[in-house]
Amino acid sequence: MSYTAPSDPKKPKNVKISQLCELCHSRKALIKRPKNLQKICKLCFFHVFETEIHNTIVSNELFQQGEKVAVGASGGKDSTVLAYLLKLLNERHRYGIKIVLLSIDEGIVGYRDDSLATVKRNKEQYDLPLEIVSYRELYNWTMDEIVACAGVRNSCTYCGVFRRQALDRGAAKLGIKHVVTGHNADDMAETVLMNILRGDVARLEKSTAIMTQSSGSPIKRSKPFKYAYQKEIVLYAHYKKLDYFSTECTYAPEAFRGTARELMKNLEAVRPSCIIDIIYSGENLRLRPKRAKRAPPQSHIEVRSDGSVSLPSQGFVDGNRCERCGYLSSNSICKACMLLEGLQKNRAQMSIDKDISVHGAAKLTRTLENLSF
Amino acid sequence: MVNVKVEFLGGLDIIFEKQRTHKVNVKRDGEQEVTVGMLIDYIVLNMIKNPKDKDVFIENDTIRPGILTLINDTDWELEGEKDYVLEDGDIVSFTSTLHGG
Repeated sequence: MSYTAPSDPKKPKNVKISQLCELCHSRKALIKRPKNLQKICKLCFFHVFETEIHNTIVSNELFQQGEKVAVGASGGKDSTVLAYLLKLLNERHRYGIKIVLLSIDEGIVGYRDDSLATVKRNKEQYDLPLEIVSYRELYNWTMDEIVACAGVRNSCTYCGVFRRQALDRGAAKLGIKHVVTGHNADDMAETVLMNILRGDVARLEKSTAIMTQSSGSPIKRSKPFKYAYQKEIVLYAHYKKLDYFSTECTYAPEAFRGTARELMKNLEAVRPSCIIDIIYSGENLRLRPKRAKRAPPQSHIEVRSDGSVSLPSQGFVDGNRCERCGYLSSNSICKACMLLEGLQKNRAQMSIDKDISVHGAAKLTRTLENLSF
Repeated sequence: MVNVKVEFLGGLDIIFEKQRTHKVNVKRDGEQEVTVGMLIDYIVLNMIKNPKDKDVFIENDTIRPGILTLINDTDWELEGEKDYVLEDGDIVSFTSTLHGG
């Protein structure tokens, strides 16, 4: 599959004064900005859009001189525009950052292989180094195998948990401490809305942060497109004829997010500014600080009804590491390892079912494997 | 008769037999001019092969929110939306923005 650019229209006819760009007053306005309903021409749009992203980067101090930055590149519209823009702005405004494309290969035939082909073309087009990390090498499972094993309904749960880690691991492999992603204003408003609808207050506060970093983790993440409308990103890609991949994932999209997205799009049609407004609301929501629970004294040991006793707990410590893989985790075993364990059990069952050598050396080996001390 | 070029981008081509660019002739109804609204009716009636795919393109009798409609690279909101009168050689593009990025 290669890239075909959208067609160029013929030369515009006589332009009425009422059709002129509200910024330069000399060219025909092509778009109406959803943020402020301003009618502007193509060139002014490029200028305004790029400047806004630059302002977001500068005012939030996203980058430092000499920093190495990985762009989470999926080949889709957002990350393609992000890679293109960061390179452009880095040269124009001398951020002094080094940009690397970092892609995750989930192992979804007919979807990810095609989008990775796009990223590989982007690598050439923008002259940026590319690193691909696959679920296969990290977890020894591809998404296709996971879906075959755990069903299509849970696919997004697995994929989401694994990808988050995979990006961190990919960055760590390259010695990079900063991953930027193409999450746009629509995505963020959608997340705020979802957290409100689910009553997930704990996530609500964090969900609008432009930069996040778990304490103890060396890798920070940021979203320079936090205030950029999806519509404008698509328009930018369209006018600049950027080569991006646009097919929905083979597996069913997360149902709840889909519904929230639909709702957002319908709201946007009535009142375009509502996307920015929802983000603004999200940013300004402050949770009442939780009243500290009166903890039982350290020496306190509870005797339960079944005769067991509770041991003094360690409590939640931020910066804990997973016992198995060493990844940051609030529990002793991280979410990815937990999911993997569930999967592994299924796979083991499947292989035993097929195994004909129930007795003998193979069985002995298996019994020995299961022994623990 | 009006000859226009219609493009389905951003993954929308999937409901048009994976073809991004289509040359479309919309017949004039007597002396009446051909508008974008009539073009959309034509697309729904003649070009969407699977009736189930209609909802991907149309919602409440207009283009589904989340699909970007451009007439000669201009947002159709600035051109009078469905009332825009088509001329020979016009390019109308529909770009889906709904997939992941």
